[in-house]
Amino acid sequence: MEVTDEHARKSPPAQRPHPLHGRPSFLLLALLGGAVGTTVRAWLEGAFPASPGAWPWTTFGINLGGSFLLGLLQEALSRSGPDEGWRRRVRVGVGTGVIGGFTTYSTFIVEVDLLVRGGSTWTGAAYAVVSVVVGLGCALAGILLAQVASTRVASTRRPTANPS
Amino acid sequence: MALLVAVAGGFGAMLRFVVDGAVARHNRLRLPLGTVVINVTGSLLLGLLTGLALQHSGFDEVKRVLGTGLLGGYTTFSTASVEGVRLAMADGPRAVAVAFAHAAGMLIVSLAAAGLGIWLA
Repeated sequence: MEVTDEHARKSPPAQRPHPLHGRPSFLLLALLGGAVGTTVRAWLEGAFPASPGAWPWTTFGINLGGSFLLGLLQEALSRSGPDEGWRRRVRVGVGTGVIGGFTTYSTFIVEVDLLVRGGSTWTGAAYAVVSVVVGLGCALAGILLAQVASTRVASTRRPTANPS
Repeated sequence: MALLVAVAGGFGAMLRFVVDGAVARHNRLRLPLGTVVINVTGSLLLGLLTGLALQHSGFDEVKRVLGTGLLGGYTTFSTASVEGVRLAMADGPRAVAVAFAHAAGMLIVSLAAAGLGIWLA
């Protein structure tokens, strides 16, 4: 009986949890991850700059690749267990930080604006629509890949435990 | 210079984390609005910065730190894509229409915000 009481005392009280975005450790994880993601993006944009009037391939590749990776990561994490402990730290540090900082919406939008302003109206319009649509497709592909992979892992680990 | 861009990007991502959490706390809709608010405000500010850089020479380094770094780290394309897919995969007959409205709405309002920013500069 004493063991049960001790256990009950140690378990956290039922209260409204402190929001994650107010916790210094999570803020630091987002900051460090964001610095890494931004550095990789800045390097790529510097190494492969877009020519005026042309399709901005570098931002395009960054945003599509990041959409795929974020879909894959979020789905893999949520399928591997509850959003706490190391999973939550990876979600904030790598997901919000590295991948969130790697991709950019503001640069994408201003690139569209500058293409249209520069007279490349159709290139700008196509770049806007294709980015958003293929970005959704890439995120979906990442989510589906994580689903397939986690089903395979589960079936090799527990060959008879889950008949469904 | 590279270090300044990295630090600015880190602060941008941290700011995004805070704004997204704060918007989610007050959002009563089922639609995730945090990323919309972040991408629209970030596009407005980058439009302003781009407009200033077009008019004034010697603005390139400021634009790299604040534009590529801070605002690039603040706004995010990947979360917008994943949130759109989650909306489309949700239950209900209008899930795909809601996801389409979310993606198209964010694009159109962000473009208008960036245009406003360039015009204001």
